[in-house]
Amino acid sequence: MMPTTVTRKSMTIGEGGTALAFAALAVSSIVVAAGAHTPEYAFHAWLSAAASIATVFAIVNRYYERPAQLPPATIEDKPNYNMGPVKFATVAAVLWGIAGFSVGLWAALELAFPVLNFDLPWISFGRIRPLHTSAVIFAFGGNVLLATSFYVVQRTCRARLAGDVAPWFVVLGYNFFIVIAGTGYLLGITQSKEYAEPEWYADLWLTVVWITYFLVFLGTIMRRREPHIYVANWFYLAFILTIAVLHLGNNAAIPVSVYSPKSYIVWGGVQDAMVQWWYGHNAVGFFLTAGFLAIMYYFIPKRAERPIYSYRLSIIHFWALIFLYIWAGPHHLHYTALPDWAQTLGMTFSIILWMPSWGGMINGIMTLSGAWDKLRTDPVLRMLVVSVAFYGMATFEGPLMSVKAVNSLSHYTDWTIGHVHSGALGWVGYVSFGAIYCLVPWLWNRERLYSLKLVNWHFWISTIGIVLYISSMWVSGILQGLMWRAYTKLGFLEYSFIETVEAMHPFYVIRALGGALFLIGALIMVWNLWRTVYPREAVAASGQPALVPAE
Amino acid sequence: MSLWKKHAIFETNSILLVIGVLIVIAIGGLVEITPLFYLKSTIEKADGVRPYTPLELAGRNIYVREGCYNCHSQMIRTLRDEVERYGHYSLAAESMYDRPFQWGSKRTGPDLARVGGKYSDDWHRDHLKAPKSVVPGTVMPAYPWLAQTDLDLAHIDDDLRVQATLGVPYTAEMIANAQADAKAQAGADASADLVKRYPKAAARDYDGRPERITEADALIAYLQMLGTLVDFRLYDDKANMR
Repeated sequence: MMPTTVTRKSMTIGEGGTALAFAALAVSSIVVAAGAHTPEYAFHAWLSAAASIATVFAIVNRYYERPAQLPPATIEDKPNYNMGPVKFATVAAVLWGIAGFSVGLWAALELAFPVLNFDLPWISFGRIRPLHTSAVIFAFGGNVLLATSFYVVQRTCRARLAGDVAPWFVVLGYNFFIVIAGTGYLLGITQSKEYAEPEWYADLWLTVVWITYFLVFLGTIMRRREPHIYVANWFYLAFILTIAVLHLGNNAAIPVSVYSPKSYIVWGGVQDAMVQWWYGHNAVGFFLTAGFLAIMYYFIPKRAERPIYSYRLSIIHFWALIFLYIWAGPHHLHYTALPDWAQTLGMTFSIILWMPSWGGMINGIMTLSGAWDKLRTDPVLRMLVVSVAFYGMATFEGPLMSVKAVNSLSHYTDWTIGHVHSGALGWVGYVSFGAIYCLVPWLWNRERLYSLKLVNWHFWISTIGIVLYISSMWVSGILQGLMWRAYTKLGFLEYSFIETVEAMHPFYVIRALGGALFLIGALIMVWNLWRTVYPREAVAASGQPALVPAE
Repeated sequence: MSLWKKHAIFETNSILLVIGVLIVIAIGGLVEITPLFYLKSTIEKADGVRPYTPLELAGRNIYVREGCYNCHSQMIRTLRDEVERYGHYSLAAESMYDRPFQWGSKRTGPDLARVGGKYSDDWHRDHLKAPKSVVPGTVMPAYPWLAQTDLDLAHIDDDLRVQATLGVPYTAEMIANAQADAKAQAGADASADLVKRYPKAAARDYDGRPERITEADALIAYLQMLGTLVDFRLYDDKANMR
């Protein structure tokens, strides 16, 4: 809690404590850098030292520049919202999005044209594929979640964000984690657990950031001036809590030494496989689903100016979704050395999961009851609604692929990649773009977006991209799966492995084309947002020459 | 007052909501994960499975570093075509010392669970350096830097020590000799001690350059032992039938 009646200027416990903690971190980072076993790790330690010193400076400098009194929680009985961290995370989301989509395109091109690996370690496919997945899921998606959750929790609780330094620590600390994780992959620092590749020190750092995130979020809810917690906040809360549990469980590891980036995971073999996919599938379930469903529950009603279709459906949707998702992990391990009963449980719950998923979809789409006409005139709303349609498609395809007989064909093939991207590009991407298109004018106090026509172009170009992407992956995945199991009349395997690889080439080219269209759509969005925040007229009025954005 | 109204208790009390969420999300994971630590099928041992030699472990860490798992699985499923293409289906025991596991999730390239012994060391050396030289249709990146980079063995004993604390049966003797064993296996001298400590460990110069121990030595040593520890002529796959 912040003191509200300070007359003499003094440092808050938050400011002093954070500055001290970062000073200590700077010193220990320098010690680690000096003794680091590898130059890559030393680089990270220096990065940490530099960031820590910058943080200490920023906190002390901010203290000298701020008035004696911290910003009040309310002004004239109206909540005094803290939108700085929200703005930062929104900009970060857009920038990381472009970076993540570009790296994805590059990875796709490497598979189509392997010469693009250029025989260089730091851009070879095995290192940039995790860079792509982390950049889009955690950097782009994570910042969208930070931005929207901090926005939504303030507005729906009518309360200022809890904490003074803490919200900034969350957004800046999270983005520092992204930098460490991403540069680590390129330098070969990885623990090779999919979607949890960062090594032990990055994981520790994220734990501290994430706990602070939880406390800020919960603290804001506790300050609420509304009797009820809005449904979007249930989803955000479940996302934050569950990701914390999953992160701790899956990354339990012992470092070789504090001077080494390398660690060994405490789980081994089959147990590790199960823990990994308990984590992996629920990174999908809670990071990419629950968190983004929260966005759906706030932004669609807001944009459509209609209430949520059904309150009761949202209650069922919430509890059923979070209960069932956790069970679905073993469907990543069909016909493996994982015991049969666990595989069957995973499959069964995955199929049941179809129902709450579609319950949520119905709740989102039917919110447009009485406002369907807006789909014609408002491309932002169309993007949000189409995202929910993609959600429905992906959550039908998922249970289908979790059926053991289907999985025996689809697993290890591009079908999985296509499935993930119909969810990631269609659902997560579009609901994020929709939310960003709403947020930017709200946050920067602009009347409207620069151009709805450009939103339309973004929508159609990227939709064509998604269609090319997922259909090429369906064909290549099913084709390869069938080729692997094809037998000749004499009972021999018909194709060698390399023949099945060669057959993939045209689809890899089409996939890359789809990815390129999706990236072009996102670049159109960047231009549109830039012009929304910095309109040409305002620049011209002040007599300044028009600036060309650095794109 | 309908039952729906009771839900207000969660909507008006954030701590109850937090507790409710934690309970609901705990159940599935506990049911699916806990038994794996005591069920026979997941903790039984198979004859022949041993911890990695220091050189193999170093190779495995390079495999991890380069992200090989992004395109290669190490898990042969119990399906006819897989068993015919890759060999006997994978046993849980075969990856019991794998931290982390490398079962993978995508086969852009073939499964590697039993790649050991399928190709010569020379083939692997050429393949890593320029994959298209031996497999013209491949999309695999080249890894020319592996054969040019000296293997860092300075702290390999720490790697064994940490795994020992996690329950991997590395003895004090193995830890003390970690560096020497790695060098011996890479061809400097084939000592009898190495094979005593690590049965079936093959000592030779893997990368064709006896004067140096490179990362290619370690990675090829690792690839050449994958799936070779269990002798499936002796393995009784009906023993666990119920």
